[in-house]
Amino acid sequence: MAISRRDFLKVIGITGVTSAVATIGGVLIGRGEDILKEIKPASKVRWAMAIDTRQFKTDEDFQKVIEACHKAHNVPNIPDPIRQVKWIWVDTFEKAFPTIEHEYISEEIKKRKVLLLCNHCDNPPCVRVCPVKATFRRPDGVVVQDMHRCIGCKFCMAACPYGSRNYNFYPPREFLSQVNPEYPTRTTGVVEKCILCYERLDEGKQPYCVEASEGKMFFGNLNDPDSPVRKAILENIVIVRKPELTTKPMVFYII
Amino acid sequence: MYNSDKVIVGIIIFILFFTLPFWLNFGRAKALPRPELPSDTKECVESREYMRAYHMKMLLDWRDKKVREGQVYYINSQGKFFKMSLQNTCMKCHKSMEKFCDRCHSTISAHPDCWRCHIAPEEVKKWQ
Repeated sequence: MAISRRDFLKVIGITGVTSAVATIGGVLIGRGEDILKEIKPASKVRWAMAIDTRQFKTDEDFQKVIEACHKAHNVPNIPDPIRQVKWIWVDTFEKAFPTIEHEYISEEIKKRKVLLLCNHCDNPPCVRVCPVKATFRRPDGVVVQDMHRCIGCKFCMAACPYGSRNYNFYPPREFLSQVNPEYPTRTTGVVEKCILCYERLDEGKQPYCVEASEGKMFFGNLNDPDSPVRKAILENIVIVRKPELTTKPMVFYII
Repeated sequence: MYNSDKVIVGIIIFILFFTLPFWLNFGRAKALPRPELPSDTKECVESREYMRAYHMKMLLDWRDKKVREGQVYYINSQGKFFKMSLQNTCMKCHKSMEKFCDRCHSTISAHPDCWRCHIAPEEVKKWQ
């Protein structure tokens, strides 16, 4: 029995529609499962810091914090300003917040000095460019530099919009006046930066700078509504450095 | 085989000449390294045999766990806790790099680069 032209077209049509629906549906369902797999539960901890710029008045206030960090981490004191190494440092409001600085903002704020450090961005450009994954972002948000892996390519220095990274041009041990025997130094040819004292955080302590600031800096878990940072951010006017770059800095400045 | 007597003697002389250093030093292993073990403690993180064979792997494992995974403590086979740190755990008992690490490493020409960044106990004295 020969199939009529009409029946043949019906069969072809039904088959085509069914297979198309099945394929598209299958792809969508499969894709959905993949997407579900990709979504990881958000980490419960997100370390952040708020710095009260109003309370930092004298040079002594800054020096105390900087020394606490630099002494503990064996950061060399290199006189050459271009090739110096710093984890936490001071600059003017204008340099720190170039896009917020304006002709007519108050003189007091213009003259105010700001404490600067690595912002431990939520979207860190330095992590994206590192060819050996020496720099990585921990689940709790700390951007860590693994000195064991760093090859000194300086890509991260070019990527960081905050100037938080420094290359060791000189052997750092020659520029140390004293040494903390519990922490390593670095070697020539690696890049270094603030690591938010992640070793202390793992042990349940606060970073050195926060401890030394005596209440001028607030530290804690940003996901916890009762943490000191959240309260400081809630109760004050805060700004971050270069928000237009969408790096999402996690160091907030109280103005 | 032609000239077999000469050839065989030649082969024997060749073998003897080639293994001469082995025969000369037979039975006197002078250069065995003797790393100085700590006097006040008897137990290391793991057993002596394990540490001898695998200390390098353990240190690499500690490094990755501490820096990249954010772990603080190592639990040994007896369930004891140790802080994972070269400068603050290992070198608190093994008080000298030259008398402990370097003795074996120099003998076998191993040059690990730990001490380019980590501060050896000897180095600390330079600042005091």
